[in-house]
Amino acid sequence: MIGADLSVFPDAVQFVIDERALILEKTWDHLLLSAAAMAVAIAVALPLGVWLGHLHRGSFVAINLANVGRALPSLALIALGLAFLGVGFANVTLALVVLAIPPILTNAYVAVDGVETDAVEAARGMGMTRWQIVSRVELPLALPLVFAGIRTAVVFVIATATIAAVAGGGGLGDIIVNQAGYGLEGVVGAAICVSALALAADALLGLVQRLLTPPGLRAGARALEPDVTTGVTRL
Amino acid sequence: MSVFVAQSEPVIPDFGEASECVVENRLFCPDWVRDNWAGVLQPALVEHVKLVFIAVAFGFVIALVASLVTHRFKLLEGPITVFSAVVYTVPSLALFQLLVPLTGLTVTTVEIALVGYTLLILFRNNLEGLRAVSPDVLEAARGMGYTRRQTLWRVELPLAVPAIMAGLRVAVVSTIALATVAALVIPEGLGYPIFLALREAFKTEIIVAGGLAIGLALLADGLLVLLERAITPWARVRRTA
Repeated sequence: MIGADLSVFPDAVQFVIDERALILEKTWDHLLLSAAAMAVAIAVALPLGVWLGHLHRGSFVAINLANVGRALPSLALIALGLAFLGVGFANVTLALVVLAIPPILTNAYVAVDGVETDAVEAARGMGMTRWQIVSRVELPLALPLVFAGIRTAVVFVIATATIAAVAGGGGLGDIIVNQAGYGLEGVVGAAICVSALALAADALLGLVQRLLTPPGLRAGARALEPDVTTGVTRL
Repeated sequence: MSVFVAQSEPVIPDFGEASECVVENRLFCPDWVRDNWAGVLQPALVEHVKLVFIAVAFGFVIALVASLVTHRFKLLEGPITVFSAVVYTVPSLALFQLLVPLTGLTVTTVEIALVGYTLLILFRNNLEGLRAVSPDVLEAARGMGYTRRQTLWRVELPLAVPAIMAGLRVAVVSTIALATVAALVIPEGLGYPIFLALREAFKTEIIVAGGLAIGLALLADGLLVLLERAITPWARVRRTA
């Protein structure tokens, strides 16, 4: 087994072409699982992060949550979730939600918290209500960074959904962990597909992130750069 | 490629009679942990620490050299960032499997992937840290007659330590998490008992091995915070001032 055996790669591509129905079905499952987890995570973490950022409160919790979230090995978390709850779509989704919340919440908090006080003051001076300040000033200005957090979470969830297959989670990971059933070419083929899926999702969301950035902020691309202290934001 | 294919030994090592608790697969069996600490859990923990240490050490050296070179030759930033970002985006399970045809079911395969994942985090934080040094400080260093090398070693690097340490914390913690997945390629680290226990849905082993992985990550993070405080005494002075 030692030594390079590159013939696997063309075989893997052939596997993907021959078994495209299977690959498409597993990719669909993978996306469904990831989308379900992201929907719940966004619904929970986004309003909370934006609200805490607006109040400039709870920085300790919001920042440290990201660190704790990263400290949780996803495999361990999924394993623990299944030990307590049992196998199933809902339980795997729940584990993915737990992993997706920290980057979304932390980025939303950091983004809204970091909106220039002058802009908020000016809005208040113009007689905007609290809701208007959040929705018309803070959110648009924070949007690039907020979205960067969602993007991080999506890539993370797609990767972790692969691992979830070990616990019967479904998706492309099913093929990767089942070499006995699909052979090395199937395993490598599925690995190529899931890598392409993650890269495509990242690139697509990067594009959306750029479109969401208000024109006035586009020149100042600093907003898209990572926060060194939290390390959560990515490209 | 799965290491489990040829594996047929029982998941619960049979040390004579299995206790009633283990047979019934209750949530937590202290007697199983006692019996298997020396044989299963402790070796897995030690292997895990080794895997992570080697990966972060290599990743740190590579990222530091890359960031120092980039600091001097700015053109390299784009290519290095794109390469490390692509590696970072590939799901761990897939990256391990993609390397297997090249380097086999070996520790090398695992370490290459783990080092790859540390690069983006470490490179970017190192570079940000070096760049954040204020021009005034650099000016002062030049005024004191420091050469470029002296400025780097005595001014820029020390001032970049907080950012470098922040990156190191993220890298260590995420490598501890990723190393559990390595068990799909080699039977080492805390991921191995987790995978085996998952297959049999053996709760005690899942909880203990998973808990050890989480505990290790939190402990390592805490230790790095203490290390950062110890090597940047000036930051503490500024905080209290």
